[in-house]
Amino acid sequence: MRSSVPAYELVAPKNIESALETLAREPGVWKPFAGGTDLMVLLEAGKLPHRKFLSISKIPELRRIEVAEDFVAIGALVTYTEIQRNEILQREFPLLCRAASETGSIATQNRGTIGGNIGNASPAADSPPALAAYDAELGLVSSRGTRRLRYGEFHTGYKRTQMRDDDLITCVHLRRTHAGGKHYYRKVGTRRAQAISKVCFAGTARLEGGRLTDVRIALGSVAPTVLRAVGTEQILHGEKISPALLQKAQKMLGSEISPIDDMRSTAVYRRRIAQNLLAEFFEVMTA
Amino acid sequence: MPGRVIGKSVPRKEGREKVTGRAKYVDDLKFAGMLYGTTVRSPVARGKILVIHFAPGIPWDEFTIVTAKDIPAKNCITLLIDDQPCLADGFVNHPEEPVVLLAHPDKYLLEEARRAVRIEIEQLPAVFTIDDSLARKQIIWGADNIFKSFQVEKGDVDSAWSSADRIIEGEYGTGAQEQLYIEPQGMIAWANADEGVTVWGSLQCPYYVHKALTPLFGLPKDRIRVIQAETGGGFGGKEEYPSMIAAHAALLAWKSGKYVKIIYDRAEDMVATTKRHPSRTKHRTALTSGGKLLAMDIDFTIDGGAYETLSPVVLSRGTIHAAGPYSCPNVRIRSRAVATNAPPHGAFRGFGAPQSVFALERHLDRVAEAVGLAPDELRRRNFIHQGETIAVGQVMHEKIDMDGLMNRAFELSGYYEKRRRFAAENSGRMIRKGIGFASFFHGAGFTGSGEEYLASEVAAEATREGRVRVMAASTEMGQGTNTIFSQIVGDALGIDQEQIEIVQPDTANVPNSGPTVASRTSMIVGKLVESAALEIKQKLLDGGFLRRGYDAREFAAACKQYVEKGGPLKSFAKYEHPRDLHWDDVRYQGDAYGAYAWAVYVAEVSVDMRTAEARVVDFVAVQEVGKVINPRLAAGQIEGGVAQGIGMALYENVVWQEGRMVNGQMTNYIMPTSVDVPPIRVYFEEIPYERGPAGAKGIGELPLDGTAPAIANAIAHATGANVTRVPLTPEMLSETLEGVHA
Amino acid sequence: MPDAAKKIHVRCIVNGKSLALEAFPMARLLDVLREEAGLTGTKEGCGEGECGACCVELDGALVNSCLVPALQADGATIRTIEGVAMGEELHAVQQSFIEHGGAQCGICTPGMVLAAVNLLARKPNATETDVREGLAGNLCRCTGYTKILESVLSVCRGMERHS
Repeated sequence: MRSSVPAYELVAPKNIESALETLAREPGVWKPFAGGTDLMVLLEAGKLPHRKFLSISKIPELRRIEVAEDFVAIGALVTYTEIQRNEILQREFPLLCRAASETGSIATQNRGTIGGNIGNASPAADSPPALAAYDAELGLVSSRGTRRLRYGEFHTGYKRTQMRDDDLITCVHLRRTHAGGKHYYRKVGTRRAQAISKVCFAGTARLEGGRLTDVRIALGSVAPTVLRAVGTEQILHGEKISPALLQKAQKMLGSEISPIDDMRSTAVYRRRIAQNLLAEFFEVMTA
Repeated sequence: MPGRVIGKSVPRKEGREKVTGRAKYVDDLKFAGMLYGTTVRSPVARGKILVIHFAPGIPWDEFTIVTAKDIPAKNCITLLIDDQPCLADGFVNHPEEPVVLLAHPDKYLLEEARRAVRIEIEQLPAVFTIDDSLARKQIIWGADNIFKSFQVEKGDVDSAWSSADRIIEGEYGTGAQEQLYIEPQGMIAWANADEGVTVWGSLQCPYYVHKALTPLFGLPKDRIRVIQAETGGGFGGKEEYPSMIAAHAALLAWKSGKYVKIIYDRAEDMVATTKRHPSRTKHRTALTSGGKLLAMDIDFTIDGGAYETLSPVVLSRGTIHAAGPYSCPNVRIRSRAVATNAPPHGAFRGFGAPQSVFALERHLDRVAEAVGLAPDELRRRNFIHQGETIAVGQVMHEKIDMDGLMNRAFELSGYYEKRRRFAAENSGRMIRKGIGFASFFHGAGFTGSGEEYLASEVAAEATREGRVRVMAASTEMGQGTNTIFSQIVGDALGIDQEQIEIVQPDTANVPNSGPTVASRTSMIVGKLVESAALEIKQKLLDGGFLRRGYDAREFAAACKQYVEKGGPLKSFAKYEHPRDLHWDDVRYQGDAYGAYAWAVYVAEVSVDMRTAEARVVDFVAVQEVGKVINPRLAAGQIEGGVAQGIGMALYENVVWQEGRMVNGQMTNYIMPTSVDVPPIRVYFEEIPYERGPAGAKGIGELPLDGTAPAIANAIAHATGANVTRVPLTPEMLSETLEGVHA
Repeated sequence: MPDAAKKIHVRCIVNGKSLALEAFPMARLLDVLREEAGLTGTKEGCGEGECGACCVELDGALVNSCLVPALQADGATIRTIEGVAMGEELHAVQQSFIEHGGAQCGICTPGMVLAAVNLLARKPNATETDVREGLAGNLCRCTGYTKILESVLSVCRGMERHS
């Protein structure tokens, strides 16, 4: 344990209004603390410079999954376990459920939240590629009001987001337009369970008359943020699947991503595997 | 009444305490007024200590602060030699080398204080690789950076090359491996000039710690007391390192006058303590046209880190095992342990043999391929038989049946059929399968005259209630010491398990039965336990307190009578080295070990060609280990060892930067989870060893020798990749595959 | 450096008993249990939520107690290893671990037993795959998992027989 625990303040606001009021009154002083599965690890490693946290884990408005006819809104404090247990999410957003099942361990999934994961903004996180592939939107709230952001624009750089000091993420908003498509998710980690990803691929598309449409491909761990491979999508859109198309798309994908060498893996490996996963995505599409 | 419990899967003696959470490990213990202790360590690999700065803002007067000058007598952690300081004095020679110790009652303030100490060091050029060490770019240890070297000669290797039909060369490497016991290192100490020094801790060898603390404090031996707490795994990682942390806790206790507890967090444990020695092996092998080994020239180097510690002994075992269980008339093994500026490497299950056996078994598969023989055929033509000699000249008097073990392992794993089928079906597939094996042996006990030097002793006592207490320094750390000893005594005396107590290892109460290492606990110490128990029986019989054919109740009554009439009923047993074992330490020739375990392991792998990820999908471990005292415990040892071998082969990669491990977290240093290992299938053959208790031999380290090469051979079969290094990460395999299939 | 936080009251039910503990709000539940409540059965193996040695049940869910801040345990119902047996009568999982050799050094055992008990409460008919996946967050260095799986699956088979 590499931190001095008495130096940290953690207080639970009575309700969401009180939380927002505190955040507005002292901007930048308080940061939200959800399930703690990221922040406590940093605390124990002596890598948590920020000292004042608002424990929002019990705010009821942020803990629901709202299902409407044309959208699902997952509250920011919904846990990975709760995501996996939701039938609508399992049926219509399997990439997200797969991601949730591969995040950490069961014990982590019981505490980790989707909002906490998004706010932590690690490029190696497992859910963001699924969210990006599904064109998710984020609901944010502050004392100044609510706003909606496209998740694809939320991450602006390595661990930098569009969140303002007085914001809370309220929900992840998913439009129920992905029925009829095929979904492919693969996380390549350091081992088969409880692993940090080296490459993470989330893709969905439709085959109509033998041609690919509505192609969405997002990757994790190959750029400073989660990445929508729009160049690759454009190459694929409207085309018939063929070895030549795959080669062309792999080349484009290789140029769109910017993987690095780190203690877990290498840039060369990550690029090669990302391209190989695209081939597997093709197989899933034609199966 | 032989055969009552030996050979049966008697439940673990301390099982109930462990499943209820009642077993007390060192961090579960606390004492009145106890302080917490911590260590301030060198941030660089090598240099001269200029100043130690204590930043303002910390109430330093509340702290106990210890540096080298506070050491009462000799600043060293005694092991084979005295080169390793307890606290760095003037110079540092590896990252994380301990320099300053702090203690305080508030563990949070203690951590702040640790970060507020800055050690200013004028850096010196450092050495980080075996090559650089051998090249002597810098002399960082002794005269030439070499801790120890050996040269083994059998026959005449040099003249054999000219008559060889084929000569095949290869170079192989193994990386560092972290023992990763789930309970980190920890010690509690109480020390003052009047009472002496007492330590409680997580450890394998109480007398090693005792031996290290004695010259440090300059106290007589009976003023140093070492007590083992329940220990959460060791695997060699708690063989020698506990002496260091015990010394630190004791120094803080000495200076503060209070109990001091030091518990490492995982990050500190990973980066600062010992690991398996990295190795490099070069093979040059000559064969006859008939596929028989004609000459083996082996060059074996291990990286010892900054101080000698146990490197000569690791080198010794690796050297003796380097040519394997094969008959070869001409063998040369040149080996050396070299210094680098990394934290000293140390004992880890297998102790040098996993390194040299990996190279050998991988090399022999490549040799077979080069001469057009099936890998098993090459082994069969060269397996050593009873009466033949191994590389160091030991005549194998015991019965050996490597062919039989191989047949059984192959039948259980479906080896031949899978070898053919996978090769036929793999082409063009994205998931390729492979099956491979390793055949090997492992000598049990200390090498050569080591056991004679240890002169182990065990004591036993029967109380007036008829309970029998066993006193040995052998520690329980999960491998089953308590249960095995209890079974041995149970059969020797014909009494129930509940009547037997294995006394907690405490140097004040138990004699020195040697360290709990080298696969010696059942075979060597177990035999002494048996002797001590039998002596108690003999005393009762001789005195007429017992008649032959007695039952457990009569035994208890006899003990009562004996004790009431004549005082304590105690016995001692001391190791006697077999007179027919001779070892020459200078020429490194002779009877290296009293007994060997023999094995053939088969690994089946599945390789995803898209991601270069290999998984072990089936594993068969067949071994001949003498009498199996407790089948369930023995199988548990092999299963756990195979899992560690799977980690060594595929996952456990230490990432180094300037002598420091940079992935020192469980998130980034990867050991297998329950979904990363297959069911591990274990089978025993038993050829009793007459000098072991009930015929038992040692088994604890055996699985680490054969697992990684079996997996490497399987991956080579699956993919055609020439695997020469472990850990074989997907990144490395991916690069190799690009070369194969380009 | 001045402390910023004051200790808070943490009122929770631990193994069926109401406890009123004091701790810094960011203190790890692991330390609160071990030090304030004196329940040393829960162990620290890594301090990063990777090894599972610190597993406890929090409001019925398996969690790594090294990652739960004390503030968030206020009002919770917690079960530790000490609460698995009913007095001196062992839980079927504990008994099975003894019979099948599921514990070697024992340091991972408290967390492993809790994870197994929690798994079987959710999946009484767990298959080998279910058990492997269910215990993937609990690292064991001694056993290679084989006898842990045998221990847990034996309980499943026993439950089948009794149902």
